[in-house]
Amino acid sequence: MLNESIKMALDGMVSNKLRTFLTLLGIIIGVGAVIAMVSLGFGVKENIKDNISKLGSNLLMVSAGGRTASGARLAAGEGARLTFEDMQAIEKQVDGISGISASVNTSYQLVAGNQNWTSRVEGTTPSNFYIQNYELDDGRLFTERDMNSRARVCVIGKTVADNLFPGDDPVGQIMRIKKAPFQVIGVLKSKGSSGMGMDQDDIVIIPLTTAQNRMMGITHVQRITVQAENENVINDVQAEVEQVLRTRHKIKEGDYDDFTISNMAAIMDTMMETANSITLLLGCIAAISLLVGGIGIMNIMLVSVTERTREIGIRKALGATYNNILLQFLIEAMVIGVVGGFVGVALGVGASYGISHFAGWNTVISWWAIVIAVVFSVGIGLFFGIYPARKAALLDPIDALRYE
Amino acid sequence: MTTLIELKDIMKTYVMGDSVVHALNHVNVQIDYGEFTSIMGASGSGKSTMMNILGCLDRPTSGEYYLDGKEIAGYNDDELAHTRNAKIGFVFQNFNLLAKLTAQANVALPLIYAGVGEEERMERAKKALEAVGLGDRLDHKPMEMSGGQRQRVAIARALINDPPIIMADEPTGNLDTKSSYEIMDIFKKMNEMGKTVLMVTHEPDIAAYTKRILVMRDGKLVSDERR
Repeated sequence: MLNESIKMALDGMVSNKLRTFLTLLGIIIGVGAVIAMVSLGFGVKENIKDNISKLGSNLLMVSAGGRTASGARLAAGEGARLTFEDMQAIEKQVDGISGISASVNTSYQLVAGNQNWTSRVEGTTPSNFYIQNYELDDGRLFTERDMNSRARVCVIGKTVADNLFPGDDPVGQIMRIKKAPFQVIGVLKSKGSSGMGMDQDDIVIIPLTTAQNRMMGITHVQRITVQAENENVINDVQAEVEQVLRTRHKIKEGDYDDFTISNMAAIMDTMMETANSITLLLGCIAAISLLVGGIGIMNIMLVSVTERTREIGIRKALGATYNNILLQFLIEAMVIGVVGGFVGVALGVGASYGISHFAGWNTVISWWAIVIAVVFSVGIGLFFGIYPARKAALLDPIDALRYE
Repeated sequence: MTTLIELKDIMKTYVMGDSVVHALNHVNVQIDYGEFTSIMGASGSGKSTMMNILGCLDRPTSGEYYLDGKEIAGYNDDELAHTRNAKIGFVFQNFNLLAKLTAQANVALPLIYAGVGEEERMERAKKALEAVGLGDRLDHKPMEMSGGQRQRVAIARALINDPPIIMADEPTGNLDTKSSYEIMDIFKKMNEMGKTVLMVTHEPDIAAYTKRILVMRDGKLVSDERR
């Protein structure tokens, strides 16, 4: 009986090709849109996750300056200051830390030979390389010894290398930072652009002490980066770091911090939440088109029932029961749902690839989105098929036979 | 002979606004196995209503209907459907074949609802069509056949599930005289092979083929003549 019904449904669909195609189209577009939109949302999410984990999602960034009693904030680095000793204190007193670095930042003009370039110069401790996931492409990184001797050595990013030493091996060459000569000892592997669109390869890294004493003439540091052992302890670490700094800076109970701690995990959570909302929003809009497709099925099924009233009468006279007729029309609606669903999946997956290929947006095709979309389209066929099918099954055989 | 159909005091009443119409008014009739009966009457005499009730397509307002020894007036829709499928073969005035199906598939249709497998269905449909002289028209669609041929397909369909009764509602109404007589010959042959045949007609020369003529007027049975 089931075989028969499926066959009859397929026959009916083939004999009315244009109508079938248009009905299918509603479901195809609906399912395709759901999959493409959800893939797009997942792509955004994946992008954010990627970028933040490149920065390190278990990092705390401590910078000087905080909310004052009046609520106005001073620019970072002004007013209260962080010091190298702050960093050492944190390292000694706080548990759950796997790495810590201090850094200063500024922009300088760089000159090498007849080339020049302006770039961010970061003075930092050697530990910063592994905290920030920098990897060496060529040469070597600077060490504690370079720190202690305030050596004029630098490690440069790919962008800087390409601009100052085009077609040349930079390692061992001399470049001038604000007219002071530095030896290039290493080139970093490319990290690409950051989540905020900044080129992470456009950087020159020099020892912290060199930057403080020889370049900037300061004794404080602008930022302390704390790497927690993992993302689970990051909130505890943050609290402890805060406590250590408050004690060292002699901040009274109830007063505001004179530093700011940004928690990368928290930033990631916020951004992931945003991405989830975007995915949900896109998915919902697409789901509405799926619903409209379902209404299309119902519409066509109602027309089909009216058109085939006489056929229903004949079948009933020949012994078809309520269930026989119900099943026949339900299966017809579900076949549209199933076929539309699968073609829609193909379309959605294709569109996702198309979007990432032509628009360059990251898309991630999620299996559960496909499964849910297909189950939904079958469910929609069922839901919107039930009313017309019931209408057909309830027809009185005498009236149906008399119907012209 | 044993009784196949027995109607006892059957009433079928329609209420139309204020007036009450008795389409069937205290009808009593008994039909035995193997009878060849026609029901005659002017339009509006209630013969179609009678046929619908006899054919289990409709239920009487009151009265008792015994078919093959079973009281079926109280059957629900599905029970009636099963009864139609197993006990009754229908032949209609306008053939009522499904235009999209071939002759063979049309004939096999009742067997789907009887739960017969596809292979056996097609085999039996082929034999039934051969029996009515359409063995070479298995794959033709109704539109590609003449009226007489279509009615023969319908008869093959009525016979396919081997029901005891064949009910025909004006089976020759849409046919020319020659085809009409051919169709009646088939009915006659079926009756001789043991089928109970019951038909509605208003043509006396068609009724003349049958062995018993019931005449209806205003919802009442007014004449019952055996020949």
